[in-house]
Amino acid sequence: MSNIIDKVFANAAKFIAIGVLLLVAWIFTVLFEHSLESIEAFGFSFLTETKWAPNLEKFGALPAIYGSVVSTFLAMILAVPLAIGVAIFLSEIAHAKIKTPVGVSIELLAAIPSVIYGMWGLFYFVPIIRDIFGGIGISMLTAGIVLSIMILPFMAAVTRDAMNTTPDILKESAYALGGTKWDVVKDIIIPYAKAGIIGSFILALGRAIGETMAVTFVMGNVHKISADLTQPATSIPVTLANEFAEADSGLYYSSLFELSLLLLVISFTIISIAKFYFLRRKRIGQ
Amino acid sequence: MATIVDIATEKALEVKNFEFTYAGADEPNIKKLTMPIAKHSITALIGPSGCGKTTLLRSFNRMHDLYPGNKYDGEILFKEKNILGPKEDLIKLRTQIGMIFQKPTAFPMSIFDNVAYGLRLQGLKNKTELQDRVEKALQDAAIWQEAKERLRHDANGLSGGQQQRLCIARAIAVEPEVLLFDEPTSALDPISTAGIEELVVELRKRVSIIIVTHNMQQAARVSDYTGFMYLGELVELGRTEEIFVTPKERLTEEYITGKFG
Amino acid sequence: MTHTQKRIVTNKIIMVLSTLSAVIGIGFLLWILSVLVINGVDALSATIFLNEGAPPGNENGGLKHALIGQLLLVSYASLFGVPLGILAGTYLSEYGLKSKLAETIRDISDIMMSAPSIVIGAFVYAIVVAPSGQFSGWAGSIALMIIMLPIILRTTDDMLHLVPSTLREAAFALGAPKYKVIIQVVYRGAKAGVLTGVLLGVARVAGETAPLLFTSFNDNFLNTDMSQPMASLTVTMYNYATSPYEDWQKLGWAAAFILSMFILTLNILGRLFLLKKRGK
Repeated sequence: MSNIIDKVFANAAKFIAIGVLLLVAWIFTVLFEHSLESIEAFGFSFLTETKWAPNLEKFGALPAIYGSVVSTFLAMILAVPLAIGVAIFLSEIAHAKIKTPVGVSIELLAAIPSVIYGMWGLFYFVPIIRDIFGGIGISMLTAGIVLSIMILPFMAAVTRDAMNTTPDILKESAYALGGTKWDVVKDIIIPYAKAGIIGSFILALGRAIGETMAVTFVMGNVHKISADLTQPATSIPVTLANEFAEADSGLYYSSLFELSLLLLVISFTIISIAKFYFLRRKRIGQ
Repeated sequence: MATIVDIATEKALEVKNFEFTYAGADEPNIKKLTMPIAKHSITALIGPSGCGKTTLLRSFNRMHDLYPGNKYDGEILFKEKNILGPKEDLIKLRTQIGMIFQKPTAFPMSIFDNVAYGLRLQGLKNKTELQDRVEKALQDAAIWQEAKERLRHDANGLSGGQQQRLCIARAIAVEPEVLLFDEPTSALDPISTAGIEELVVELRKRVSIIIVTHNMQQAARVSDYTGFMYLGELVELGRTEEIFVTPKERLTEEYITGKFG
Repeated sequence: MTHTQKRIVTNKIIMVLSTLSAVIGIGFLLWILSVLVINGVDALSATIFLNEGAPPGNENGGLKHALIGQLLLVSYASLFGVPLGILAGTYLSEYGLKSKLAETIRDISDIMMSAPSIVIGAFVYAIVVAPSGQFSGWAGSIALMIIMLPIILRTTDDMLHLVPSTLREAAFALGAPKYKVIIQVVYRGAKAGVLTGVLLGVARVAGETAPLLFTSFNDNFLNTDMSQPMASLTVTMYNYATSPYEDWQKLGWAAAFILSMFILTLNILGRLFLLKKRGK
């Protein structure tokens, strides 16, 4: 009897675990199938066409791709130095008494849903951008900044964790040669934790590019490519969030599915690079 | 009071009524400790775990300052100056008093850059001079033969014993006056240990050495003076052969004969 | 200036800059938190919990519909997601170990944990909403469950792995079958850790908006029928906040506040469980 239960338990567990793999494969397949109509209609030009006009049944993804790339790039430019600064502060400067509370609050802030960041951006940050740059305040720049603030806690926490993997004894050896804190950070900690730090940046990049709610509030969903960052724009997730529930034709839907597939492939690639190239999984304990 | 032998030579360091309290601790870890350290000699610090020997060692280069809240009292004189003052230039102090750790601590860079690290920190940029001094340090640390062909290779490719000698090379490259060894062979095999011990004895000609060890044979083999510490106090400091053959304190004798510890 | 003096000055500058960036970063985050608390507390009242949504201009609008909808969506997602995740995690830690299959599942789950959630919404739209012809609570729950699954799976895997193998061996030595060893020894040993994983997984999906936009959609009134479109705090928050009506915006802040407190509480609880376990 025990034998049978044992087998059932083991196989049920295995079945579900494999189910997770199949689920991911299914997601890709379904998105691909639903993209077919758009892929057949536009082919490769879907990626290079700048016109997104549902009423004309013309769908080009370039403005959304451009928006995703530029807003994420802006967010990274702003967040990376801040995150490094916060991480250095937390791992090397802060007194033990503030290290823990500040560290924990940063981790907790990483858990706040992105929709809250978006809402804050809309009500409190958009007016500031409007006052400084004119226009309506809803823009690529606003999206980039809000996005950077949203990924900052995650990035800072992971960067700090990576820096903290440097053995104390290694740091002490550099101090023992007369190194300053900055010497130790730049010559020992950063080279030692390089892979982890870069990995966490790329992981944050992967998250930022798929982030929807933090930017949907403040980007405007305007399918136009503009070099002027203070103009409204769109990104792949913003387009999806705004238009999916309203699409009214097969081709329109299919184009949105193709955008989803594109986003998934991009994110999957970026996250895989971070995970496999830089952050080899370490099992805790052992 | 501790029994302290007269140090015939000059003193490299003088510890006077030294107390050390870790952050958050109620009691000092080291209590009213007075102890001379002879110049151009090897002084070994022995004693059971928790006796304060490593804590004392890490006070000589103010390593405890890396962690806030630790407190020093009393004096440690180095070149007739108390190094425990709040205005003490720690960067300069640490270039004059070097340290070797329990485990090899090769930095994540090439062998050459490891040894050049301290020199570069001091602003030495001249390539030939750097090369000369790195080579000299590696030779003095008896690792030149093994390292010369792969100076540009990652230092982590060396074996444990080689890495520890590399760390010694790195420390002596900046020509310190005192070298602190914190159980330098605890992570090494017997052959590498013998190599390091030989090297330590050799180095005595140029620097004053303090070595913390949990291995009494090691203290007996390498040191000129041995200090026995117990519960944060110095029990006895004497010439090594006397400490191990005719200790003056009962506690020392009990420890040496293995009655506790 | 000597080289060492230069180093000391550079060090000071960098330390000031780092501290400054910490102050800036934390300042922004405090700003967001204070905005959340001030607007949220200001908008809180009993009517919020008692009344359903109302047309703009009507002062009696509440969030009851969204609160109950949210609860249903997350509960059903957890009802399926938690046991499935734990079971799959059990396979990885206890059966799959370091096999290629187990490692692949770990890798893919790790990636899925960071994958864009809106894409999951699109997927569920395709497999549930489109065939059934309507948005529904079920569709929303399924989307949340898919997002929750890898999180629970990976934490379970890690937490079970922490249970010392001597404990398992001791139980096997007494002749216990594997499933009993797992349920009676391994699960018990990893209870706190697995619970933490569950809390964090629930907290994570509770804050999801994007995958609900076109699955459970929204409803301005109370609906407990999972086969119909259903309100959630997050989507309500989005709709109300982007509306031009001040009373709706106010309700949006109340929803944001309630949701954040809920999520923060789950996160803090999760940490406490882990701390308590480590303290032992």
